[in-house]
Amino acid sequence: MEDDLRELYQEVILDHGKNPRNFARPLNTNYEANGNNPLCGDKLTIFVKLGADNIIEDVGFDGRGCAISIASASMMTDIVKGRSIEQVDILFGIFHRMCTGEDISEVPSEFEDDIDKLMVMSGVKQFPMRVKCATLGWHAMQAAVRGDEIASTE
Amino acid sequence: MALVSEHKISTIDNNYNIDSIREDFPALSLEFNGHPLSFLDSGASSQKPSKVLDRMDYVYRNEYANVHRGAYTLSQQSTDNYEYARKTVASFMNAKTADEIIFTRNVTSAINLVAHSYGRNFLKAGDEIIISQMEHHANIVPWQLLRDAIGIELKIAPIDDAGNFLLDEFEKLLGPKTKLVAVTHVSNVLGTIVPIKTIVELAKNFGAKVLIDGCQGIVHEGVDVQYLDADFYAFTGHKLYGPSGIGVLWGKLDLLNSMPPYEGGGDMIESVTFEKSIFRDAPARFEAGTPPIIEAVGLASAIDYVTNVGMDNIAIHENNILKYATSCLSEIEGLRIIGNAEKKIGIISFELDGIHPHDISTIIDSKGVAVRAGHHCAQPLMERYGVPATARASFGMYTSEGDINQLADALNYAKGIFG
Repeated sequence: MEDDLRELYQEVILDHGKNPRNFARPLNTNYEANGNNPLCGDKLTIFVKLGADNIIEDVGFDGRGCAISIASASMMTDIVKGRSIEQVDILFGIFHRMCTGEDISEVPSEFEDDIDKLMVMSGVKQFPMRVKCATLGWHAMQAAVRGDEIASTE
Repeated sequence: MALVSEHKISTIDNNYNIDSIREDFPALSLEFNGHPLSFLDSGASSQKPSKVLDRMDYVYRNEYANVHRGAYTLSQQSTDNYEYARKTVASFMNAKTADEIIFTRNVTSAINLVAHSYGRNFLKAGDEIIISQMEHHANIVPWQLLRDAIGIELKIAPIDDAGNFLLDEFEKLLGPKTKLVAVTHVSNVLGTIVPIKTIVELAKNFGAKVLIDGCQGIVHEGVDVQYLDADFYAFTGHKLYGPSGIGVLWGKLDLLNSMPPYEGGGDMIESVTFEKSIFRDAPARFEAGTPPIIEAVGLASAIDYVTNVGMDNIAIHENNILKYATSCLSEIEGLRIIGNAEKKIGIISFELDGIHPHDISTIIDSKGVAVRAGHHCAQPLMERYGVPATARASFGMYTSEGDINQLADALNYAKGIFG
C-alpha cells in the first residue's frame, strides 16, 4: 500500500501539482470548457487556441483541484500542444485505459513518447476513486474542442 | 516523528466504557493496510452494533412477512415488530403519539414529502421560506424545486465566520410572508449546534411553520419534540447506528392529517374505486406500498442500544473526544479548522496547507484512517468559506482517543509526503 502511495505521489506528480505548467489563459484562445468533479467540487477551466486543420496551437488552464487532477491537467497541456483533435482523442483513450489498469500494449508509434511521459500517472490505477481526478482535465479538454461548455466526470 | 499518543494527556472520563462499546461494533476491529481502522466518518454514516445486525437477521429468519396484510401469525408478528419500531421512535423523540411518526426512506425523502405535500398545497407564490447558510443539499434542493414549481421565495439566514447561526440576522428575515423555516439542528460540516428552540419561538411570532433537519442533531443531542414545539422534525436511521433505507418524519398530528398524500398506492387508503380513493390518516397516509420493515426493526434496535448507553453519556463522551481532537489537530502546523462555533458537536472540518482534502484522504487511508473529503453535500457553505472542499473527521459514540492519535499521526505523514 505504501509503495502504491509513493508511486501515486511521486516527485514528478507533486512537482506538477505544486507548479502546474501552462497555468494561465493564453492569448487569443477560441474555445474553453469547465471540468467539474461533482463528487469533490473540484473545478478546472481549459482554454484552447484551435487553429486551421483542428490543430491545437495553444492551451492553458486554471482552477482548483487535488494534486492528481492538477498534475494530470498540467502534463496534458504540455502534450497536446501541436496535436490535432483526433490525435488528442486517441491519446485520451490510451491514457484512460492506463488509469483504469487496462491493456495499453499497442500504442501507435507516433504516441509512444507522449505515453511514456504520461506513465507517471499510471499509479492511479491502484486508486479507483481517484481515476476521475486524473481524467478531469482531459474530459474538459475534449468538451472545449467539441464546443461544449461543461464537462463532468459524472 | 513524535507520535501524538506519546505526549498527549487523556481528558476522557473513564466512567464511559469505551472499550466495551467498541467491542459492540464489529467493523471497528477491521484492519486496513496493516493498520487498525480509525473510522472518522460517522457523520456520513455510522457503523452498526451487533445488536442491530443480530436483530435484523433474527427477524428475517423467524418473524418476516409483509405488514398490515395477512391474518396469519407471521404477518401479525411482522406488523407488531414494525409498529413497535414506530412506538420506539415516538418515545425516543417524546412524540405525543406514535401516529406522528412516518417512516420514509431517509431524511431526503422526509423533507421532500413536506415540500410536496405541505409546500404545494399550503404555500403560494410570494410566500417565503427561510433556510440557513449551513444546510446540506437535502434541505436546499427540495425548496428550490418548490420555488420553481409555485413561485415561493427562498431566504438564506447567514452565519458568522466561526460558524455560529446569527439569530439577529435571522430575525430580520422573518416577516408576514414567512410561511416556513427549514433549518438544520446541527451543521454536518461545521458541527455547529443551531439554536433551534429560539428559532421555533421567533418563527411562531409570525405564524410560520418550522421544519428541523435532525439527521446530525438527533444522533448527538437527541430531541424532545414536544418541548421543541416545531412542526416537523426529520432524521435518518443510518447515522443513528441503524440501517440505511429508513428515515423518519415527525409532524404534529393535526398538521399531518390536514396534508394530502405524497405518494399513492397500497396501505394508505380507506377505500379505492376507479372514481375516487379515500385516504387513511397519518401515518398510513404517507406510507404507500410495502414499507422498510426490517429497516424499521433495525432502527428500533439501534435506538434501544443508544438509550441503554444513555444519550447524555454519549454526548459527554463525544464532547470529550471533540476537545481532545481539537487540541491534537491544533498542534499540527498549517492545519486550519473550519467551524469554531461556541456550541458544536463532534465534527471537525479542516484544511491542511498545500494539500488538497482529496489527497489527504487517500494518503491517510493508507494508515487506516477514514475521513470524508469533499464538499459534504453543502456546496453553498463551501463557497461561504471560499474553499472547494474540506477534509472532515466526524465522531461517534465509539470514537476513541486512539482514533484521534492515529489521525494526527497520519496527517503528519501526509505532510511528510508533500514536503
